[in-house]
Amino acid sequence: MYREQNTSLFKFWIGELKPKGKILTPFNIIAALTIMAAAVILFYRFSKGLGSVVHPDQDRPWGLWINFNVITGVAFAGGAYVLTFMVYILGLEKYRSIVRACVLYSLLAYMFYAGALLLDLGRPWRVINPIIGNSFGISSVLFLVAWHFILYMGSLLIEFLPTATEWATLKNWRRFFGSMTLAVVIFGIALSTLHQSGVGALFLMSEPKIHPLWYSEFIPILFFISSIFAGLSLVIILETIGRRVFKEHMSDSHRKAHRPVLISLARVCAISMFVYLCMSMLVFIHGKDQNSLGGGWGAWYLVEMLGFVLLPCMLFVVGFKRANLNMIRIAAAMSIVGIILNRMNISTISFNWFDKSLHFPTWMELVVSVAVIFVQLLVFRWIVRRMPVYRESPAWVSSEGKQKKSLDTTNKWRNKKWKASA
Amino acid sequence: MGNNRRNFLKTLGVVGGSLAFSKSYAASPEKNSKEFYGILYDSTRCVGCQSCEIACAEAYGFPSPEDYPEAGVVRKTSTSQRVVVNAFETSIGEQYMRSSCNHCSSPACASACLTKAMLKTEEGPVIWREDKCMGCRSCMIACPFNAPKFEYDSPNPKIQKCRMCYEKLQEGTTPECATACPAEAMLFGTRRELLEIARERIYADPDTYHNEIYGEHEVGGTGVLYLSGVPFEELGLRTDLGTVAYPERNKTFLYSVPAVLVLWPAFLLGLRNASDEVKNNLTKS
Repeated sequence: MYREQNTSLFKFWIGELKPKGKILTPFNIIAALTIMAAAVILFYRFSKGLGSVVHPDQDRPWGLWINFNVITGVAFAGGAYVLTFMVYILGLEKYRSIVRACVLYSLLAYMFYAGALLLDLGRPWRVINPIIGNSFGISSVLFLVAWHFILYMGSLLIEFLPTATEWATLKNWRRFFGSMTLAVVIFGIALSTLHQSGVGALFLMSEPKIHPLWYSEFIPILFFISSIFAGLSLVIILETIGRRVFKEHMSDSHRKAHRPVLISLARVCAISMFVYLCMSMLVFIHGKDQNSLGGGWGAWYLVEMLGFVLLPCMLFVVGFKRANLNMIRIAAAMSIVGIILNRMNISTISFNWFDKSLHFPTWMELVVSVAVIFVQLLVFRWIVRRMPVYRESPAWVSSEGKQKKSLDTTNKWRNKKWKASA
Repeated sequence: MGNNRRNFLKTLGVVGGSLAFSKSYAASPEKNSKEFYGILYDSTRCVGCQSCEIACAEAYGFPSPEDYPEAGVVRKTSTSQRVVVNAFETSIGEQYMRSSCNHCSSPACASACLTKAMLKTEEGPVIWREDKCMGCRSCMIACPFNAPKFEYDSPNPKIQKCRMCYEKLQEGTTPECATACPAEAMLFGTRRELLEIARERIYADPDTYHNEIYGEHEVGGTGVLYLSGVPFEELGLRTDLGTVAYPERNKTFLYSVPAVLVLWPAFLLGLRNASDEVKNNLTKS
């Protein structure tokens, strides 16, 4: 499981590369087929141009890979910054057991969704231009989002590295990265605040194209607030599935924490959804025409806001009050659908709403989108089966922690003495 | 003493150097005092002969257009057609309208571009630069006129749109479409001159002209200006785009970035210390 002190790192890594668990499961077969199909499609995409696999639409230039994988996926990766905020800043120890899984999920989400972005770029070999500084488009929101993606990926990686170093028994590195956690958590929260809202700000200039029910100058704030319950709802579902799938990799304390953690998360979700609803209502009352609620678009807007925000919000409240886990899970699943609806409505469905021609993604676009998610899940599973994500950390970590604590108390004692003498 | 003098000279050198350096920045307003060029399109003069379309296609090696303006059909610019003229059935009979990049004074596409591939040049044309672009297409998301077109069918795709014959401008000649127009429906000049000419035409013949210049205020002003005999909605132009320059919409958000990056971490650190104190008090009692 963990590296013995006397085996070489290289041998250990080679040994760990071997797959663990059964290979021919239905999940694996479907994932493998999808990924292989996606590889063929991507070969076509890079040799013949984007239009050979995606729906070439000059008026709706962003397809599924950006609007679903990147714009929507980033909202769901918001769980990491919310949970690290609760654990490291507010000191809510209750949630500590799920932080690692959450950080890992978000790290992979950013890595693979940024990867999806590369697939969609027409000229991906120029992607270094905004990074190396030969042409900084600093007035561009996308420039900010791109840089924040990169910096946040680095932050999440440093937040995750203690887990990886425990697995490889690199005690000094564990101490080094562990000492950086608080700094990168704070940096990461600031970055997340800005790029979660920044993803919404990408559409600020599209006012004449997005249906007035979905466009507002407050899109950045709405995106930020909704990323809180989007991320947490995904954490609830992730924990629910993880508890079943990774049973043998889960520590007892984690299993016991499952119920109280989910119930508390339900409350946080309910509150943030309530704030989101209030904000949306204010935006509606101040900026929108009430008559726009009539007709098809209005009905569709109400489906999103009432059916997939208000209803799950109420389910969260009831689930929390009655301590009903299943109700909380249903609410989480519904709010995930609500977030997908919201992001897709803004970026795709109501984009160029006055144009009557329908825009459907091609099946090839869809296969690649799904394949990206499969790859992410496979890497997630590979890591969970090896590293202490759900599992207890190796014994040496806690003994070192104790040493550190005793050091702290001596410091405190020293401080006191110094004060007394002064 | 000698030491002092040396220090003095050093300081002088540094200050002088930075002054000389900053002078190059101070000189930049002079550079920008160049006037933007533009094109004035007069719909009342246009006969829909497609000379502009053909001249543009020939100059840039695109196939000549095979379709023609027809009322009820809206032809769009494409990756191989940078300017089109459409016919519209209006209240005063069939009229024509040109469609192409409008070369906004403060372009949405350029402010959406994270590599400065889309550039508002000092001469006025908004141009796309191949060596910068990474193909993200956020210019297309941002442009209120849907001017930039992306070559979906190429593994090395370009963004195609009118560049007001930027290279020709630097040689001192006028854009192909304006040169080719036999009806003088397109006039090339500085934006200020063109606005004056447009106003003159309206004042001299108020019966012919609709009393408005499209592009004077729209989206903060455009390089291509339009005159017509009917309200612009009848000719398929969007009149709901507002008069605020599109990049202004991002301003509030972008200005909040440094504030959040500076204030948020300080606030979070304070919050953590506060929660630490609460925890310590709890464990003590």
